[in-house]
Amino acid sequence: MLDVAVSYNRHKFLGYEYLTWLWFAIEKDQDSMRKLDREPLSMQIGNRIVLENRQKDTVESITIKGDDAGLEEGILALRKGAFVAELNLSFETGDQEWRFTIKAESLHIVGLKCPQTGSVNSEEDLEGAVLEKVYLYDKAVRLTDNIFKQFLTLRVSGDWDKKVVPLMRQWIYS
Amino acid sequence: MGLLSSAVSMTRYRVEGKLEEPILETMAKCLKKSAIPEVDDDVSDKVVGWTSFDKPFNPDFEGSSFVIGAYFVFSLRIDKKIVASSVIKKHCDMEAARRLAATGRQYLSRDERREIKEHVINVLTLRIPATPNVYDLIWNYEESSLWFFSTLKSANEELETLFFKSFQLPLIRLFPYTAADLVMGLSDTQRDALVKLSATNFTE
Repeated sequence: MLDVAVSYNRHKFLGYEYLTWLWFAIEKDQDSMRKLDREPLSMQIGNRIVLENRQKDTVESITIKGDDAGLEEGILALRKGAFVAELNLSFETGDQEWRFTIKAESLHIVGLKCPQTGSVNSEEDLEGAVLEKVYLYDKAVRLTDNIFKQFLTLRVSGDWDKKVVPLMRQWIYS
Repeated sequence: MGLLSSAVSMTRYRVEGKLEEPILETMAKCLKKSAIPEVDDDVSDKVVGWTSFDKPFNPDFEGSSFVIGAYFVFSLRIDKKIVASSVIKKHCDMEAARRLAATGRQYLSRDERREIKEHVINVLTLRIPATPNVYDLIWNYEESSLWFFSTLKSANEELETLFFKSFQLPLIRLFPYTAADLVMGLSDTQRDALVKLSATNFTE
């Protein structure tokens, strides 16, 4: 394995490409998204996308937020060479919903909201509440791991340049 | 940020290596050794240590109080005394004026002013209580994974330092490359290809 600090800087682009691809996959390949969990799920872009354009030694940042915000400005930014830096997601399975933001550079999961859990009134409740929360967080973590693995499998394969990149360009410029 | 909050943020880590057997005794010993000390009656402006998840202001690592289900659950506490710079300046000016009046001099030397500042900071730090910040963590020992419920750079750095000091086990932060290399189950061929990747250009 490479030195951690070296790999952090040298492969910084991985997280940005991952979130850009994820936006594309949610828009254009919902079938793959549905298969990411044992239970059927639907995944949507949430209420915030941050894009960054790091060309020419400067960083230009574009934030799109709002529950029904149009994402055309984001596509325009992609055409100018920007990548997704933060992506808010929501996914539902059954009648339960999770919402969170993934950050490209760090893979931090931020503002994770899980389905509601019971209140804590005693020490016994506390243990149960922790285990319930861990179960719910784990669901989000495993899902994002599955998506990231799907991205990586494509990214290190010949299909990335031959198939995925042309499809993404088509999406960006359509 | 507490793990039971309605919204949480987390940084994920991989824990390298295993504790000495018997694990629970080793854990308890390490946690007690680096438990947060009380700083209120001390001149230190910051202390960092472990505390109990359920009793963050009264740490207790007796028995297996830090075990919930298959997880180790405890918290990092950082207590800081922050004195506003304007308050320091006010007290330094007051003390300087008092000394000038007492000696009948018109100026204080640079060393005297520095000495006054150090004295003022020590006195004020002793007088004010520390502000505690508690950050929960969950360590899945079997899977060598750890979730730290903060994305603050300073809190993460304190965690990494204290964790190694306490358990002699390095924490590896999972950012895109380390996550890909260490926890995604890629084959050796895929990992080799990963190292050689270069950035994609999506523009035409």
